[in-house]
Amino acid sequence: MSDVDVVVCGGGNAALCAAIQARRNGATVTLLEAAPVHLRGGNTRHTRDIRFAHYGPNAAATETYSEQELLDDLLRVTEGETNRPLAELTVRESLTLAQWMQQQGVRWQRPLRGTLQLGRTNGFFLGGGKHLVNTYYETAIRLGVRVEYEAAVRAIECDGTAVRSVVYDRDGAEYRVRCRAAIVAAGGFEADVEWLKEYWGPAAEHFLIRGTPYNKGIALKAMFAVGARQTGDPRGLHCIAVDARAPKFDGGIVTRIDAIPFGIAVNRLGERFYDEGEDLWPKRYAIWGNLIAQQPGQTAFAIFDAKVMGHFIPAVYRPLCAPTMHELACLLELEPARLVTTVDAFNASVAPGGAVQLGVLDDCTTRGLTPPKTHWAQRIDTAPYYAYPLRPGVTFTYLGVEVDADARVIRHDGDAFENLFAAGECMSGNILSRGYLAGFGLTIGSVFGRIAGTRAAARYVRA
Amino acid sequence: MFELDLTAELDRQFTVCNACRYCEGFCAVFGAAELRTAFGERDLAYLSNLCHDCKMCYDACMFSPPHEFNVNVPAILAEGRAQTYERYGFPRVFARFFRTPLTAASVFTLAGIVVTLLAVVASAGVAALWTQQLGSGAFYRVVPYSALVVPAIALALYGVAILAIGAVDYAADIGPGFAFLSPASVGRALHDALTLVYLKGGGSGCYDVHRGSQLRRVFHMLVFWGFLCDFAATTVAAIAQGFFGRLPPYPLLSVPVILGTIGGIGIVVGAAGLIAIKRASDPQPASGRMIAMDYAFLATLELVALTGLALLAFRSTNMMGTLLGVHLGALVGFFVTAPYSKFVHFVYRSLALVKNAHEQRDVSHQPP
Repeated sequence: MSDVDVVVCGGGNAALCAAIQARRNGATVTLLEAAPVHLRGGNTRHTRDIRFAHYGPNAAATETYSEQELLDDLLRVTEGETNRPLAELTVRESLTLAQWMQQQGVRWQRPLRGTLQLGRTNGFFLGGGKHLVNTYYETAIRLGVRVEYEAAVRAIECDGTAVRSVVYDRDGAEYRVRCRAAIVAAGGFEADVEWLKEYWGPAAEHFLIRGTPYNKGIALKAMFAVGARQTGDPRGLHCIAVDARAPKFDGGIVTRIDAIPFGIAVNRLGERFYDEGEDLWPKRYAIWGNLIAQQPGQTAFAIFDAKVMGHFIPAVYRPLCAPTMHELACLLELEPARLVTTVDAFNASVAPGGAVQLGVLDDCTTRGLTPPKTHWAQRIDTAPYYAYPLRPGVTFTYLGVEVDADARVIRHDGDAFENLFAAGECMSGNILSRGYLAGFGLTIGSVFGRIAGTRAAARYVRA
Repeated sequence: MFELDLTAELDRQFTVCNACRYCEGFCAVFGAAELRTAFGERDLAYLSNLCHDCKMCYDACMFSPPHEFNVNVPAILAEGRAQTYERYGFPRVFARFFRTPLTAASVFTLAGIVVTLLAVVASAGVAALWTQQLGSGAFYRVVPYSALVVPAIALALYGVAILAIGAVDYAADIGPGFAFLSPASVGRALHDALTLVYLKGGGSGCYDVHRGSQLRRVFHMLVFWGFLCDFAATTVAAIAQGFFGRLPPYPLLSVPVILGTIGGIGIVVGAAGLIAIKRASDPQPASGRMIAMDYAFLATLELVALTGLALLAFRSTNMMGTLLGVHLGALVGFFVTAPYSKFVHFVYRSLALVKNAHEQRDVSHQPP
């Protein structure tokens, strides 16, 4: 005897797509969200756009972005390391996403200022991720999905290859829901610092988590506990440079720092450690978090001068500022002589005569400097001087469970669970095993959420 | 002057907004903020009044309380509006009424009614309050024509003058200067104001009784067009009397009565709806001062419209004298307090819309 047809564990984009789809297919659905109502929605709260293939302009995006082009982009960022059938399935299913989202009440807007490069490939939903989440919750609740907040899933109970019930905690009490199918869409484990330390050691203490404090990977662990097969590098993090003054959790998009290519980056010893001019956004966006994670104290500083101030998207904190490099070093608690030496050496190596062209890989480089700055190199010589203190900011983790094309979770023995499904960050490592493709995490979550919802409902509901 | 803390807080919060920009699609405020990197008093005066208070940005904000960034744009802009009204109010001694809107509305409305009834008694005798009056010129047998029209014109001219002074000061500050008042900008702003486009929340409606509600825009339209209908009814009546010698009361199927009835019903329904929405709304993204002004103004409007409709309904009975006195008294209260009430919002919001049309004229919607 079941309490409900489908239990959805999680409360972000993938969970909501799954719950809505299962309900629309006739199943009774309970959704268990670990966060309280005002913090519901997981990392989806911090998103703003979703990537999908489309032919010709539509309400959400401009021009054509073919399936082949999207697949090529995915293969490029993952360097080919992807489950090809699942990748192709995601790309194919993405064709209908924009319309499906509209049917659930989502509205589209023009790309935000400063994001024109995404206007063709990605759709921007009105108001960003929290508004998207709010819209989905309203639709789900109107359709009759039962939503439980502050319900953290602790265990999945199986009978052989079939899930029988899901156990969750709320207010210190334990609850058990018997179900005919379970869909886990509860995100990654980036908010569990202890778990991160298993792979990263004490360095993980200094990571800032850009998203929800509720992504502790408890449901992911529960799936591993019943024999789900692991996929993705457990050490894999998507990690960018964020302002060190940012809150430990939930700093979102406003704490990211994109100033590094405009000057130099130094570590706590006042030394440069990587080519600041290596590549354009978004590649540079994705590498600096890991680079800083490898520096002493997981700390670095972006140093630049008055010439380039205002040339990048402003962040939530103003940069630190001083009239001389010596005084700036004092503000940053760096050894002043060391920083001055580093900057002088950098300035002396900048090849004269180049005109910096931001937005393209120009030919302004350093000569005889290690590491070099291969583009956008210009002297840091115009007072006042500025600095952002930096820390690694974790966006998401790549570790997850293996799934099949029906979103069913694969067991150790290679067979799938009959009625355990996964969607979103906890399985995106099947497809996005590494790298970053703006708006594609939501694509995977939406596609597999829909598939999981449909399949979970189809098993039990007669048309 | 604005309170310093409010300006500093605006600067702090909009620095978060400019780093995020997710709310750009809801209204004009965020696009305007993106043209600025620091926020001072002029920006507070401008952005506060550009805001139409749909509150979607609060509902959609992942940094709203209890997040430590504590972003609550509707609250700070509502407070900014309340302070704008007082700051540009003239003379300063009367601008204090903005601080106690409910008291001001109650006292002046009550005083208006008492004084008008006393004037009726003094000129037409106490029996006029409960004597049936029929036929052409019936109203003027209760309140003489000159006693009605002289105070009305005086109050109206006073109100227009006060609003004009506030408008000139405000425009000069936010402009700065008056160059932004070009025909093209004014035309665009007129469109934005008449359609209340920024109460649409970019298509998502408002965050009040429920998320995505379109009711505020509907009720506001009813009040606005109702007010204009009543204004038109009064103008038509003045023409009928002045040029054609026809004295009120007019027949039920005459232009002034039809327009007046439609307008009155519009205001009664619209103002009641707006009050109900305010009562049902989340109190967090709001300012206590602004809410008090809203209630005071809506209640005053509601009283004028209800007494007007009551007068129409019972004008052939012996209650006409009293009802006329009460209605005219309520109108006195309304017009005395109008330059010091929420009524002024349209002046500053319209100018903010013109400024916005002007400064966005060269800004592509898809910048590099």
